[in-house]
Amino acid sequence: MNNSIMRNDEQAVFALRSLYQRYGYTQYKMSRFEEYDLYVRNKDFLVSDEVITFTDHTGRLLALKPDVTLSIIKNTVDRPGAVQKVYYNENVYRVAKGTHTFKEIMQAGLECIGDLGSYEIAEVVLLAAKSLQLISPRYVLDLSHMGLVAAVLSACGLSEEAKAQALGCIHQKSRHELSALCAEQGIAPSKEAKLQALIDQCGGAEQVLPALKALLDTEEERGAFAEFEALCSILAQSGYGANLRVDFSVGNDMKYYSGVVFKGYIEGIPAGVLSGGQYDKLLQKLGRKSGAIGFAVYLDLLERMEKQESDYDADILLLREPNADPFALMQAVEALQEQGRVLVASAPPEDLRYGKVLRFTEGGLKDE
Amino acid sequence: MNKMVNIALPKGRLGEKVYKMFKEAGFECPSIEEQNRKLIFENPEKGVRYFWVKPSDVAIYVERGAADIGVAGKDILLEYRPDVYELLDLNMGKCRMAVAAKKDFRDSRGRTLKVATKFPNIAATYYNEKCRDIDIIKLNGSIEIAPILGLSDVIVDIVETGKTLLENDLVPFETIVPISARLIANKAGYKFKNEAIQAIRKGLEEQIHD
Repeated sequence: MNNSIMRNDEQAVFALRSLYQRYGYTQYKMSRFEEYDLYVRNKDFLVSDEVITFTDHTGRLLALKPDVTLSIIKNTVDRPGAVQKVYYNENVYRVAKGTHTFKEIMQAGLECIGDLGSYEIAEVVLLAAKSLQLISPRYVLDLSHMGLVAAVLSACGLSEEAKAQALGCIHQKSRHELSALCAEQGIAPSKEAKLQALIDQCGGAEQVLPALKALLDTEEERGAFAEFEALCSILAQSGYGANLRVDFSVGNDMKYYSGVVFKGYIEGIPAGVLSGGQYDKLLQKLGRKSGAIGFAVYLDLLERMEKQESDYDADILLLREPNADPFALMQAVEALQEQGRVLVASAPPEDLRYGKVLRFTEGGLKDE
Repeated sequence: MNKMVNIALPKGRLGEKVYKMFKEAGFECPSIEEQNRKLIFENPEKGVRYFWVKPSDVAIYVERGAADIGVAGKDILLEYRPDVYELLDLNMGKCRMAVAAKKDFRDSRGRTLKVATKFPNIAATYYNEKCRDIDIIKLNGSIEIAPILGLSDVIVDIVETGKTLLENDLVPFETIVPISARLIANKAGYKFKNEAIQAIRKGLEEQIHD
């Protein structure tokens, strides 16, 4: 198929589907609607808690799905020792930030649910990197580890409320706010340095990790660090190290995310196009034993990516006489299609632009 | 790909002061100092492009990537909660978000508090934390007259010196949060123009004194 006629998001859907299938993920197709109750109980997990609802003919309150992950989790069961791998491309319905109107957003992604080992986690993060690479080679995948961030916050002796505030500062890379918070909480300078390092230390894993390691002292911190370091090393060995950045500003939710969290950016698109992480805590909250990791690619953002657009609506405008021989004209059109898109009209259309204009006459084609 | 750093500055006195800091940091753009009505100024040599926008719009330009970095008041950041990095407190344009009311105002928790403000989200968050039932009246200007005319019980607004309040017989009762100008960055721009943005941040930071 000719890629140039496909929009960026259409191209991405095909490429991503084939990528996920190669890794044995099966497509998960779901209904447009879901019981509203599912979202209400887990509304913090959603990007936006505004949901379009309606009552179906039996009186149940349904919602147009604002999220895919929750539906997938709901429809999988725990099987000890097994892992379920699914991918999807689905429309979700969310309130667009700033406009307060609902938008239909095309989302692709995958989820890996079950007894996760370090292989499964590395595979999902690798697929996230590969997904970005398929969209554009100029990408960055930011990686963080919620377990490590949570361990550092605990080691600094912050109250639960202060932890959430500190996480907010790290999320915004706001050193000054974090300093003010530490002063207010009476945090020792050595501990503050460790918190500030979570903002300052960002970049390639090979520089960031050794610098951070030197600051960690509790067992919990070291345990989470070792896990994160091992993951970064696998990704680097797979040849994806150059586009990976360790950045602890990714993810600001300790309630659902437990391990690695990541966000992908493409040059030329102002917001993150891929977002994911390991969310074992969400499953625990739902009374499940499995672990889970996944990500979503926001395909609607890809339309902001630059694509060479044609200056013309048609390459050739072919003007015909009212009594032109239809068969001869059809043959002429097919021959001209070698040169591009051909529009046949009896008079030049007013609102379209075309590369060149030809007239079809009995004697052949003539320039206009 | 465009590697210029796009910088949104707030129009007005604060913006001019902020530009001086950028200039001091080595990112000058001589054309900006010419007296004219242009809004966009470039210095390709230094890799910067400045533009003047309405102060309350800076965060929008940055969040949506039309600007890579910009300078916005903390009030705007708290009100609109744009998804941006907040890299630096520039320690200028200092003021505070406060609750003010008529001198003789006595709050009674027995009834709903009527709050007039330009900042409904900040007001709602503040009173929410106190579990206070409020009725928000969103106004766009001349907030001070709302309590005088009985439109509201209190106002939530920016207080710089308190002079305007005083002249209208109002007094600030509580400070919600201190406000100052912040350097903000678009999250994607921060990844792809990191070196330039870091250099600017550092140049500005060196000029900040408490």
